[in-house]
Amino acid sequence: MLYNEPSPLETKVLSRRFGAPNSASIDTYLADQGYQAFRKAAGMKPEEIIEQVKISNLRGRGGAGFPTGMKWSFVPRTSPKPKYIVVNGDESEPGTCKDRVLIENDPHQLIEGVLIAGLAVDAHAGYVYIRGEYRYLIEVMEKAIGEAYAKGWLGKNIQGTGFDFDLYAHSGAGAYECGEESALLESLEGKRGIPRIRPPFPAVVGAFQCPTVLNNVETYCAVPAIIRDGGAAFAALGVPKAGGTKMTCLTGNINKPGVYELRLGFPVAQMIEEVGGGIPRGRRLKAMIPGGSSCPVLTAKECEGATMDYDSMSARKTMLGSGGVIVMDDQTCMVKALMRIIRFYAHESCGWCIPCREGTTWLRKILVRFHEGGGTRSDIDLIGDIGKNMLGRTFCPLGDAAAMPTISFVEKFREEFEDHLAGKPCPYEHADHGIEVLSLSR
Amino acid sequence: MTFSPQLEARFEKLLKSYPPGRQRSALVPMLLYAQDEVGSMTDELIDEVAQRVGVTPLQVNEVLSYYSMLHRKPMGKYHVQICTNISCLLNDGDKLWEHACKRLGIGNKEVTPDGQVSLEEVECMGACSWAPAIQVNYDFHHFITPEKLDQLLDSLTKKQ
Ligand SMILES: Cc1cc2nc3c(=O)[nH]c(=O)nc-3n(C[C@H](O)[C@H](O)[C@H](O)COP(=O)(O)O)c2cc1C
Ligand code: FES
Repeated sequence: MLYNEPSPLETKVLSRRFGAPNSASIDTYLADQGYQAFRKAAGMKPEEIIEQVKISNLRGRGGAGFPTGMKWSFVPRTSPKPKYIVVNGDESEPGTCKDRVLIENDPHQLIEGVLIAGLAVDAHAGYVYIRGEYRYLIEVMEKAIGEAYAKGWLGKNIQGTGFDFDLYAHSGAGAYECGEESALLESLEGKRGIPRIRPPFPAVVGAFQCPTVLNNVETYCAVPAIIRDGGAAFAALGVPKAGGTKMTCLTGNINKPGVYELRLGFPVAQMIEEVGGGIPRGRRLKAMIPGGSSCPVLTAKECEGATMDYDSMSARKTMLGSGGVIVMDDQTCMVKALMRIIRFYAHESCGWCIPCREGTTWLRKILVRFHEGGGTRSDIDLIGDIGKNMLGRTFCPLGDAAAMPTISFVEKFREEFEDHLAGKPCPYEHADHGIEVLSLSR
Repeated sequence: MTFSPQLEARFEKLLKSYPPGRQRSALVPMLLYAQDEVGSMTDELIDEVAQRVGVTPLQVNEVLSYYSMLHRKPMGKYHVQICTNISCLLNDGDKLWEHACKRLGIGNKEVTPDGQVSLEEVECMGACSWAPAIQVNYDFHHFITPEKLDQLLDSLTKKQ
């Protein structure tokens, strides 16, 4: 089911079957070139598959943007150990809701991407790790897996190619940190989601101590198109160093929120004004977070001329991240926004390393007090300093995910923090909201 | 401890989904599915699952305390989870939360005296583009206003 109207400005590659009747069924998939890319890949050498993925300039869609072809090439193909394909469907970065629509509307595209990854690295089993809250998607996935077995697209000797592959859906049970690749692997092994020290990276020592390819749902979903139409065609959809499209989640203060597939390099202004229909109630843009709440925030001015791709975002010292765009209008209280973001990271810190556990907790306490009107001038620098002391010093990047918004909010919206010093609760609350309630201070 | 045939079948399938000697991998999904049937993580349930996957009850406890969806206390028949994270907040998710607390007279992770409804303020549930969003048990409800929430609660409590 689709939850928003598509936009004519979309470039539909991964989402091309969305909206078709029974788009999740194997028959719909097979009728529309489904599993043809697998057939093609089965006739290619593994190096050729990886080469096409490299040519496509596909970069990981889970947040870090690591080149996928390169990641696959790190797997020691000739290792005597079994190899595994793991799908990261933990999708918990605030602002992000795209893997959900990919699985719901076209699970076979994901299965085909996984199979091709299996061919590339000589893996014969895979796991789709789906966050526990997405129970209905476990059912969608299990149904699709069942169909694929029934029609010979999973199991032994798939379509007479001699290639065997088994796929399983695996449920999480509520933990953002389990989206971090090594914590996910711990969780998959029935443990607390505490990250592992790296190196070794999962490509060498991953699931069950074996070489593992671990990618985001959207990353695998791009693979069938790459093999079917060639890496170069996919690359041409994007910008020079990043190929293809990005499932982009427009959220926050926007007239037409939704998940849209936009080519990489899509202009931010056009995305907000035309795809998203602009900002409600005639308000203006104050700020935007481009790729989930862990990315540094951009001011309206910084959004000018920006495009949705890795380079344009890194030139602005932020990230394309997961594609979760959070639009904030001119009535947004940036202190409150940061406080809520930090409450999340404090709640989700796994507690393993001190800079993250203590840092997020301090930040939360200070920001809650600050927003309620109990802040002091020195708190403003303290907030920024705690962020800077966490950055790069935590065991896994969850600490950075909390530090990056913190540092950028304080730097770019310092005057809003100063406006909270008058000793009374938030001066920025929307006029039409009536009195402020302190529910967020738990 | 006995479970429904559906749950037994699920356990059997799960235990076969991982490499030999790796039954522990089934632990997290098994706990969640079992909780759905039993209502909460009872001592008896912990012992049973521990035995089935071959770990100690202490190890199960250690794991379950990490995951936010697993809980030792029973929740209501309808567990209403309201997201107040950033994309929902920008669409008045916090006001919705406040409204729900007032209407039900309960707070976070509390249950109405008749055991029907419980409330939880939750983190991003992956419905950010259709905010504010809530989940009642596993069902998503998008674009929820206080009025829509009232109607939903009315219809749930009437169903009993
Ligand atoms: C705290 C934390 C949470 C993460 N959550 C997710 C997630 O929910 N989904 C995801 O695909 N990647 C997530 N990642 C990134 C993964 O660690 C990993 O880089 C990614 O799944 C690799 O796939 P890709 O190369 O296809 O992006 C997270 C990282 C961190 C540090
Ligand atoms: S922020 Fe509420 S569902 Fe993502």
